[in-house]
Amino acid sequence: MAVMRMREALRDAMAEEMRRDENVFVMGEDVAVFQGSFKVTEGLLDEFGEKRVRDTPISENTIVGMGVGAGMGGLRPIVEIMTVNFALLAMDQIVNHAAAIPYMFGGQVRVPLVVRMPGGGGHQLGPTHSHSFEALFLQIPGLLVACPSTPADGKGLLKAAIRDDNPVIFIEHESLYGLRGEVPENGDGVVNFGEAAVRRDGSDVTIVAILRMVEVAMQAAKTLSDEHGVEAEVIDPRTLRPLDLDTIIRSVQKTNRAVIVEEGWPHGGVGANLAALIQGQAFDYLDAPVERVTGADVHMPYSRRMEQAAIPHGEHIVSAALQTLEGSR
Amino acid sequence: MAESKTKSRRRTAGSSDGKGKTAAKPKLPDKDTCRELLSQMALIRRFEEEAGRQYQRAKAGGFLHLAIGEEATIVGTTSVMRPDDYLIGTYRTHGHAIARGTDPKRVMAEIFGRVDGTSGGRGGSMHIFDLERRFMGGYGIVGGNLPLAAGLALSSDYKGTDEVTVCMFGDGASNTGNFGETMNVAALWSLPVVFLVENNLYGMGTALERHSAVPDLSHKADGLGIPGVRVDGMDVLAMRETVAEHIKLAREDRKPTLIEAFTYRYRGHSAADPEVYREKEEVEEWQRKDPIETFAKRLIKEKVITEKDLQAIREEADRTVTDAVEFADNSPEPPLDSLYDHLYVLGNQVPGWYGVDERSPDSHAAEEERDATARARQLAERGAEYAEDEELREAEGDQPDTPPEDVH
Repeated sequence: MAVMRMREALRDAMAEEMRRDENVFVMGEDVAVFQGSFKVTEGLLDEFGEKRVRDTPISENTIVGMGVGAGMGGLRPIVEIMTVNFALLAMDQIVNHAAAIPYMFGGQVRVPLVVRMPGGGGHQLGPTHSHSFEALFLQIPGLLVACPSTPADGKGLLKAAIRDDNPVIFIEHESLYGLRGEVPENGDGVVNFGEAAVRRDGSDVTIVAILRMVEVAMQAAKTLSDEHGVEAEVIDPRTLRPLDLDTIIRSVQKTNRAVIVEEGWPHGGVGANLAALIQGQAFDYLDAPVERVTGADVHMPYSRRMEQAAIPHGEHIVSAALQTLEGSR
Repeated sequence: MAESKTKSRRRTAGSSDGKGKTAAKPKLPDKDTCRELLSQMALIRRFEEEAGRQYQRAKAGGFLHLAIGEEATIVGTTSVMRPDDYLIGTYRTHGHAIARGTDPKRVMAEIFGRVDGTSGGRGGSMHIFDLERRFMGGYGIVGGNLPLAAGLALSSDYKGTDEVTVCMFGDGASNTGNFGETMNVAALWSLPVVFLVENNLYGMGTALERHSAVPDLSHKADGLGIPGVRVDGMDVLAMRETVAEHIKLAREDRKPTLIEAFTYRYRGHSAADPEVYREKEEVEEWQRKDPIETFAKRLIKEKVITEKDLQAIREEADRTVTDAVEFADNSPEPPLDSLYDHLYVLGNQVPGWYGVDERSPDSHAAEEERDATARARQLAERGAEYAEDEELREAEGDQPDTPPEDVH
């Protein structure tokens, strides 16, 4: 084990997979000479050269489309999109091509593509650089969606994503790039898709959280325990597609309560989806309506105070958890 | 105002053929090649006519885009490609797949939405695909195939091969963002790709000079590092010569280029096109330049084939297409429990739910559709039964406008 930051863990995942398979390469805006706008690709150009670490023009749809084409041609491209909002420029290639091609051509061809992109608020990047589009990508059949919350998962899931034969949307969080954590070295350390991590055991309420909200949920769980005598079970699905629904349902069957936390918008969100699945499969076990904690239903404001008010915090989660327990204690 | 402008300017065959390429008639290749070119064009023509007819009989649904009139553009191109080169096209590519060697039976079965279709009935007319013959697809999004072509070319270059990708698209696609983006990166990275715009003078129903500020498409990518040429797309030999030359540039010199081929579709944009945007005389004028008639006449005149040979070629095309229809008609419908097949590549282990089936109260992981409950299967079956009502309705005459009968 080594302690490293998320950005280093992600870089190591790419470097190790590039050493392992010469068909793996990285392309994106400013990934080579500039070393990545968030320095995730630092050092890759030096080690692998310009053939495998390619700066692209600012042409998101075409970059992703080239990734799809190169994947169909037998390579395993990793495309970096500078910010999730920019991925909207590539939605045609992501939805109409990457996700559809394996299905609409009857399985004749695979699209082993990883599209990495950072999102999330907290840096005053304002309304076009701070969003959380997990739900948007989650909705699209044919895509896999990964959303790591720790450096170990960042590395393990990215390695799994690169080896996977499906197109993977790999969502990173800008505020987690500097997060330190223990990461397995050299060995594979692959984290399988579709296996949730139970971050904290508890018997009173299940809290499902993704990306940076896992850390916030863990703090909330401590507060719930310290100040309210409530033991929360915190589950990090790690991938939204495939989804480890079984682990979540088992937990809800035990705690009889669920709170789902995400930074994204409420309508049609990750929480909305999970709440529907939980009530459909564990209705008889629920002692309270499923609670959701989401980001505000606005475009991320620039003002520091307004931005922080728009993002979920521990207090929101504590409040939601206590709500599910109201009347039963 | 725009209307009167379009009416007053008939787009004639004579005024828009390949400038600078018309001086000398290209020499005939050997006899076998000539026969093959003619046979392929005749087969595509016959196939498309029959596809149109089957559409009228409601054997095919959705949209049907026929390439009648564009056969020389297709066959001229594929005839100078190597088997390991990639071809990628648009939603008008039945002929492209057939020219690459895909069995017409499987193309027709796909148009019919049957299990033996090239995509097992999942793609339909707009999404023909044949990996084995490196026909990398028909695509329904205008301009969507350009980045894919650059990616395929990148994979060939990356692996150190000398394969070339030929990317065919329509004049309308030259206005998409992908056109500019892809031209730029293809030139920047010296990718082995030939871009070929099948300029049939209309982006659906909008005439070229009403949709493109630069109507000379061969120069439209000049500022992006991609030089272009024009060629008569009604002349199969001119197409061969030009495409071969540009494939060589891509293969040997890593120089991507743009070819503008002037061609014309005799039928509407799709079978549902009433064709209010062009005059009948314009269609007739192009038909006088018909790629198959013209080439056949020359072959007879230069004694490469006889009238009898031509008749035999047409009869063979007819037989092949009749067989294709029979095959497609007899091919089973895709089984309902295969609905989620090919959506994901599943590993040995399948942890997690890849998809969620919520069509019935018995929710289940989509990849477990085959193990669904009896109720879920019943509901799927009931849903599918609506297809028969639809067919009935269409057979009773609720169909789009009838395309004009063709000359052949």
